[in-house]
Amino acid sequence: MNQPAAVPTEAILTRNFGRADSYTLTAYRETGGYAGWAKALALEPAAITDAVKRSNLRGLGGAGFPTGTKWSFVPKGHAGPIYLVINADEGEPGTVKDRYLLERDPHALIEGMLIAARAIGSRLAFVYIRGEYITPWRRFSAAVREAYDAGYLGRGLDVVVHRGAGAYICGEETGLISSLEGRKGWPKLKPPFPAIKGAFGAPTIVNNVETICQVPHIVNRGPEWFAALGTKTQGGTRLYSVSGRVRRPGVYEASVAVTLRQLIYEHAGGVTGNGRLKAVVPGGASAAILRADEIDVTMDVDGLRNAGTMAGSAGVIVMDETVSIPDALRVVARFYAHESCGQCTPCRETTGWIHRMTERIVEGRGHKEDLDTILDVARRGTGTTICAFYDGAVGPYISYIEKFRAEFEALIRHA
Amino acid sequence: MSPRHPQFTSEQLAEVRRLQGLYPDARGALLPVLHLAQEVFGYISEEVEEYVAGLFGLAPAPVHEVVTFYTMYFREPKGRHVVSVCHNLSCHLAGAPAILDHLRRRLGIEPGGTTDDGRVTLLAVECLCACEMAPMLQVDDRYEGNLTPETVDRLLDQLR
Repeated sequence: MNQPAAVPTEAILTRNFGRADSYTLTAYRETGGYAGWAKALALEPAAITDAVKRSNLRGLGGAGFPTGTKWSFVPKGHAGPIYLVINADEGEPGTVKDRYLLERDPHALIEGMLIAARAIGSRLAFVYIRGEYITPWRRFSAAVREAYDAGYLGRGLDVVVHRGAGAYICGEETGLISSLEGRKGWPKLKPPFPAIKGAFGAPTIVNNVETICQVPHIVNRGPEWFAALGTKTQGGTRLYSVSGRVRRPGVYEASVAVTLRQLIYEHAGGVTGNGRLKAVVPGGASAAILRADEIDVTMDVDGLRNAGTMAGSAGVIVMDETVSIPDALRVVARFYAHESCGQCTPCRETTGWIHRMTERIVEGRGHKEDLDTILDVARRGTGTTICAFYDGAVGPYISYIEKFRAEFEALIRHA
Repeated sequence: MSPRHPQFTSEQLAEVRRLQGLYPDARGALLPVLHLAQEVFGYISEEVEEYVAGLFGLAPAPVHEVVTFYTMYFREPKGRHVVSVCHNLSCHLAGAPAILDHLRRRLGIEPGGTTDDGRVTLLAVECLCACEMAPMLQVDDRYEGNLTPETVDRLLDQLR
């Protein structure tokens, strides 16, 4: 197998992870923490946004939208409040990175929030942490108190730490806003986009934890430095959560230009099970699955889009040859059926229905027309719903069946 | 102080007011206040829903709608400990079904059930985002990973 050389990566987001006290203000300052904020204070807000644009930072929560461009959507000269909302509702199956950042480097998020809030003109920020993340919530809340005591917060920016209560859909930015407003997490129709009319009716920028943790480094070391770490269209490093059948599951920081092969074989130490790769999900459960012969792709947003899948949240789930793809699809389909918020009919009905179909196939009760029916129904719903949840579910439905059809057919034949 | 006759102490009411004051619209504090109510009263009964609705000047229906939407609010008494086993993809690949079966047998209950002595509620849940330590579970406020039947037994033995 052709194994390209490892891309050397300087630890940026993970530089403090090795310290036992990495989450304290003392540790953060000792490694240059809040230097980016000091520089940002000397910059005009528009110059900060411009730097983030030039850095080619793209949202690391899933959608991969250019962060600086998003910030620039806030109406100029808006008179009322503007909110910064941090999406710490990590929920995409296969993704663990934001938990690491909240627990091990909470001040990086606070510093990034200070800079982002200055750029967009926000004086009040919310951090929406998934309800199950109790330790991350405590760690981050303690860091917020430290930041108030040290005078970073409370002088132009206040931060409210908000706990969710268990619902994947709240990771979708308008679902998150509904939830923050004290409602069930139903996504909202766009337009208006949150940057125009978001939380509590005010212009709101929603950014992922990891995205904001990158901002201090961009300001501190320059957008050109950051851009050069990645590809032409996406700058920087990011955190890859690697799990499934690998020797060393874990969180790895690497350039967005790292290849999927490097992540699996170099960072995560190679494949376990029978040792032979069968398939891999590159960007969280909602990303289309790739076959073993499709892993020589770079992990940047455009690289994976060109490969017919998505970078998503960079949750890499590895499957060796002993894994049953129909069974894997059954598990994923159960997830989408459980988490569909129920607002849009195509999503509510199809996710439940496809889950039952996959159960039936795996249990040996499948019919020979089932596969084409699933593909047909899945496709018909695409693009018909309020949010991206359903399209995210369709990615696995279609790719698992199209790429591993013979496995499904074998189960049905023996039914 | 019971789920049938809920009443916060004056201290808890002050906390409710503090939480409501953090948001541009007090309703933003509904999820946090429901967390507090569950901590105090044990679970969110209809009476608790009505009580919390009153604290927000809301009808009971919008509170009921929220309580039933999210997975972390219990609408019936739960065990003194809640054990939530992740059954999503990475944990599945790492043997979550066997872990869940082991817990079923050890506790004599199905996911969603509570042991007769009220010690443990068992749940099968979607991704808790700790896939690097699969198979994993959450017991009350902490994550436990790289599970084997033996480590699960040790965990259960610690729960009173």
